[in-house]
Amino acid sequence: MALKDITLGQFFPGSSPIHRLDPRAKIVGLVVYIVALFLAKWFVTYAVLFAALAVVVKVSTVKVKALLKGLKPVIFLLVFTAVLNAFYTPGTPIFSFWIFTVTYEGLLHAFFMVVRIMMLISCTFLLTYTTSPLALTDALESLLSPLKKLHVPVHELSMIMSIALRFIPTLIEETDKIMSAQRARGADFDNGSLIQRARALIPLLVPLFISAFRRADELATAMECRCYHGGEGRTRMNQLHFRPGDVVFIVGAVILAVVIGVMGRFGL
Amino acid sequence: MSEPIIKTEHLTFRYTTEEGVAPTVLDDLTLSIQAGSFVAVLGHNGSGKSTLAKHFNAILLPSGGKVYVDGMDTVDDSRLLDIRRQIGMVFQNPDNQIVASVVEEDVAFAPENLGVPSAEIRQLVDDALKTVGMDQFARHAPHLLSGGQKQRVAIAGVLAMRPRCIVLDEPTAMLDPVGRSEVLSTVKKLNRERGVTVVLITHHMDEAAQADRLIVMHDGRIARDGPPKEVFRDVEGLRSMGLEVPQPVALMYELRQSGVDAPLDALSVDECAAALSKLLS
Repeated sequence: MALKDITLGQFFPGSSPIHRLDPRAKIVGLVVYIVALFLAKWFVTYAVLFAALAVVVKVSTVKVKALLKGLKPVIFLLVFTAVLNAFYTPGTPIFSFWIFTVTYEGLLHAFFMVVRIMMLISCTFLLTYTTSPLALTDALESLLSPLKKLHVPVHELSMIMSIALRFIPTLIEETDKIMSAQRARGADFDNGSLIQRARALIPLLVPLFISAFRRADELATAMECRCYHGGEGRTRMNQLHFRPGDVVFIVGAVILAVVIGVMGRFGL
Repeated sequence: MSEPIIKTEHLTFRYTTEEGVAPTVLDDLTLSIQAGSFVAVLGHNGSGKSTLAKHFNAILLPSGGKVYVDGMDTVDDSRLLDIRRQIGMVFQNPDNQIVASVVEEDVAFAPENLGVPSAEIRQLVDDALKTVGMDQFARHAPHLLSGGQKQRVAIAGVLAMRPRCIVLDEPTAMLDPVGRSEVLSTVKKLNRERGVTVVLITHHMDEAAQADRLIVMHDGRIARDGPPKEVFRDVEGLRSMGLEVPQPVALMYELRQSGVDAPLDALSVDECAAALSKLLS
């Protein structure tokens, strides 16, 4: 097993207009789009939302294949949602067997639900594909900064997130090393029952945790040595700048949501 | 002689434990390090050399005695940031001191903490990366770099504070020979060209031999203090403290033991070769 091949928080660097948007604009746009998704009622509104997503995907130069790959882990959820909706929505029955009845409304509902979840996941992946993790944490810190007034430790949370991102590859490398070391002593991670394999992970996890704590301690000292003293009075090298394009993007997303909301009212 | 950048007066340090009986790690150390010098601190494990280093920028505070950095008492909480920006610290494991997932972001960490305006940070970062020869890796992910490169990034991260002194705690212990020489030549360049005071804590004799001044620590005390050539002359004394001498000195020492009048102050291989050819001619 090559742990190094695992990609986390995937980001495809690029220079498309979507890549270059301010990450804050992208997050706000995403939230507005998700709200619109829940306001959609019928084929027309879903079609409009789908078209909007398609345009953004096209502009972003992200491959559709990559987006579909992101849907793979949720296939089970999709099937589960579809089945539940199909069977449990009351309405005109199409066919029934034993205690189950499939209704016309149920099928429609299931279809919309599945499309909604797929679009929801695709647009979220579109954000992480086109935005570097660092830009994302910066944007979150900036967007959540009003919460500082309520004594929410916004800076600390974003610092924790960015350090976690930084240490993912280091810890994966370490896991690989410990696995090799334990294998050399006869540990078997690949065979046996599920319980046996789970137990085989103990000699992997214990040293990993100990080393993670040691690293945390050393990192804390190193950060102190570099004058870290919390978020107070801290400046940033790369500041986020709102440009006209970002405003256009957000306004576009809001108009889309309002239009969808109004159309939904009319049952479209 | 210029002003000392670091000065300790009767510095004593012991860890406080629950039982009350705490071993003394540093015992009545009085020492001053001149600005612009290149000092190596040598000692085997447990001699107190890392503990001493952590006193230089107020990571640890003395149990007794005083430590002054550029005239500032390290106990003075209000000067803490001033002290830490004067004395840059580099540790053994480069992985555990790199904070950000992009090289230049990491180098920017210290000036960001100090509240330097964005445009100036950019300049400091570019300058620091150029100084350590890592400017072409500015946008790289640190975990993809070699050990020596990572350690140079760590040095750049400290340089971005424009410190007057950098303290390196066994910076080459985890590196391969190539990485070691990369780091060492970077450090020497900083000292020679930028006039940065360097305190290099090491257990490699050949690294210690390149300093202007060599301090040997033993059981929390200063056992020897002087130019490397003089300190390494005392082969038996160093060996009794569990320390070896550089290989050229060891060779000369063996020759002397067998009656040849070889000089003991040849520290580098070149000097050693020159001395030998002189003996043979």
